[in-house]
Amino acid sequence: MAKPLLIKNARIVDPATDFDAIGALLVEDGTIIERVTGEHPGAPEGATIRDAKGMLLSPGLVDMRVFTGEPGHEYRETLSSAAKAAASGGVTSFMCMPDTLPAIDDGAVVDFIIRRAQAEAIVNVLPAAAITKGLAGKEITEFGLLKKAGAVCLSDGRHSIQSAALLRAAFTYAANFDMTIAHHVADNSLAGGGVMNAGLFATTLGLKGIPVEAETIPLSRDLQLARMSGVKYHAAQISCSRSVEILAAEKQSNSKISAGVSINNLTLNELDVGQYRTFFKLSPPLRAEDDRLATIGGLRAGTIDTIHSGHDPQDAEVKRRPFAEAAEGAIGLETLFAAALRLVHSGEVPLMTILGAMTSRPAQILGLNSGRLQKGAPADFILADIDYPWVVTENSILSRSQNTSFEGARFTGKVMATYVAGNCVFEHNREATD
Amino acid sequence: MPDKQSQNPATIPAEAVGAPLPFPHRHLLGISELNQFDILNLLDRAEAMVPISRQPKKILPTLTGKTQINLFFESSTRTQASFEIAGKRLGALVVNMSVKSSSINKGETLIDTAATLNAMQPDVIVVRHGSAGAVELLSQKVGCSVINAGDGPHEHPTQALLDALTIRRHKGMLSGLTVAICGDITNSRVARSNLLLLGAMNVRTRAIAPKTLLPRGIKSLCTEVFTDMEEGLKDVDVVMMLRLQRERVSGNMTPSVREYYHFYGLDAAKLAQAKPDAIIMHPGPMNRGVEIDPAIADGPRSVITDQVEMGVAVRMAVLDALLNKAEQNDG
Repeated sequence: MAKPLLIKNARIVDPATDFDAIGALLVEDGTIIERVTGEHPGAPEGATIRDAKGMLLSPGLVDMRVFTGEPGHEYRETLSSAAKAAASGGVTSFMCMPDTLPAIDDGAVVDFIIRRAQAEAIVNVLPAAAITKGLAGKEITEFGLLKKAGAVCLSDGRHSIQSAALLRAAFTYAANFDMTIAHHVADNSLAGGGVMNAGLFATTLGLKGIPVEAETIPLSRDLQLARMSGVKYHAAQISCSRSVEILAAEKQSNSKISAGVSINNLTLNELDVGQYRTFFKLSPPLRAEDDRLATIGGLRAGTIDTIHSGHDPQDAEVKRRPFAEAAEGAIGLETLFAAALRLVHSGEVPLMTILGAMTSRPAQILGLNSGRLQKGAPADFILADIDYPWVVTENSILSRSQNTSFEGARFTGKVMATYVAGNCVFEHNREATD
Repeated sequence: MPDKQSQNPATIPAEAVGAPLPFPHRHLLGISELNQFDILNLLDRAEAMVPISRQPKKILPTLTGKTQINLFFESSTRTQASFEIAGKRLGALVVNMSVKSSSINKGETLIDTAATLNAMQPDVIVVRHGSAGAVELLSQKVGCSVINAGDGPHEHPTQALLDALTIRRHKGMLSGLTVAICGDITNSRVARSNLLLLGAMNVRTRAIAPKTLLPRGIKSLCTEVFTDMEEGLKDVDVVMMLRLQRERVSGNMTPSVREYYHFYGLDAAKLAQAKPDAIIMHPGPMNRGVEIDPAIADGPRSVITDQVEMGVAVRMAVLDALLNKAEQNDG
């Protein structure tokens, strides 16, 4: 049995209970035993004591949108390498998308992921199961059996289901098993083979644009079907001002809906594409600056519930191509926390709100016991120095793929230690990098 | 002064132009990276190249010993031939790589192709590719100069230069003119490069097309936008027609060729709105009866064959400007 652990003198921020104070956290057997304000009256005998003076102690991050390459594309990322990247970024639980080979559309594959993760991954891996068989958007999967096997959510990952009738059936059947549907909304015909945000910048680059209506129209459709079916619906990733407005209106009368945004859409915009930089080819595309500001506003107002990394490892072979032919996606587990802190340092979003969108809120949507620092919750937490300056370099990347949209980025704030079930799974080596 | 030269362009012999200014670029990837002086530099050099092709002995061997590779991922008869003739008239060794016989169909990536060709030590690679930005990507991976012969709907710089040279020779100067560009602007690299070049040279530009064929942000890229062609052609000096691809009809960008021709085809009635001495241009290949009345395409105001001739001169000038750097500096 592991020794008890006492973290003291930390600034504890727990969005689930709106708690922000200097205090101590006592952990035993992988579980939080006690959280106190100020000095702890006394550590139990034999406890390991860590003085975290000057550090932020937050629940570990829960990332709702992570792609790995296992099974099928292990050269891009394995569950093990993704978990290492996650730990270094303070992510203690991530939901892995079903876009694997084979797809996670069968109980046996869910079981495979869970077993592999238990054996290899240093953080919690939560499989999302496909809504449709083979992610083909034609027939629904066995929601009940998938849930029983351990799937925490249903999602078609990168794919967006085009048929309203199929969505209606899927939403209704998911409601039957009380499962959350996380759906990426995109109208393929309106997107029309576009590769970046539609606008003047796409025109000057000679690239085909994706209009915001390719997102807002299917979002409206989904929200109406969600209301009709009573499903717990999560708009997986929205990117534009109009989507925020649509969601805000619908949330007035439907408490079962939620929405996520990628850290990329919160902190970057279409101009970052620059001269055809394929690491900035993302789905949804980076939008105009007004859209970016609107997503920040949506986050502040609570219209947008969660922030995810959208971690999507792609190898050089598929990224070093002409922009229109290159693969979409960027890795992000390692930079999620630091990039999100940009919005805190700029004064745009309070620390409590930012952390809530990456801890308690996603945990709540997925029905997890984690994402909070309370008695009885799993001891998944991070220690961070929110003023620590650092630069992202290719050498510092732990993911098997290097396609970061933050290469060379200067950040203020870094995760210094990550704990999963009371065990330290990542410790930043200051001497090695300072 | 360039304008002075172009007063009587046809009469100026090559020697009279004198040593051209150095051209401060390694590649020609797009008009967007050129300023007014670069453009004038290339136009003046091209002007000097025109007589070479009119001589009985069509050779100015400034590129002897240089190797030029024409790498065309999209088939193009006229542009490839124009670059080939330009290189050969300057004495370069010209190799044509067509996609069919290369390993592109075997899945080799653009980067691999670039590395392979680079190892053969060419002095210049002329590239046409279906994807915007592909030529720039290739240019980052090779040690020689690269010329963009068209990258998707992005840019086609030598076309814009040859159009400008043609206009200048007919109108004496560029500044102050009004040029209308009509047709599928959304999908046209010719339109983009021309709007950039003409804008840089203080030419008033008008984009004329149905709204379905006008790209987002077009208002920021030209002086005026028209959806009514007769209105748009009023008092213009130059009418530049674009080719309508058949797939625009199947893609519902326009319902039929018949309707397109009725509203956006250049016929005598619409042309009557332009200045009496307006010239008519087309980058080719033309769809007679789709975007242009055959009688106008082949009529006295059409300068379409002049454009083809200027194409060779411009490409000679560009090749010479990019490849004759060291010699210039020595001299």
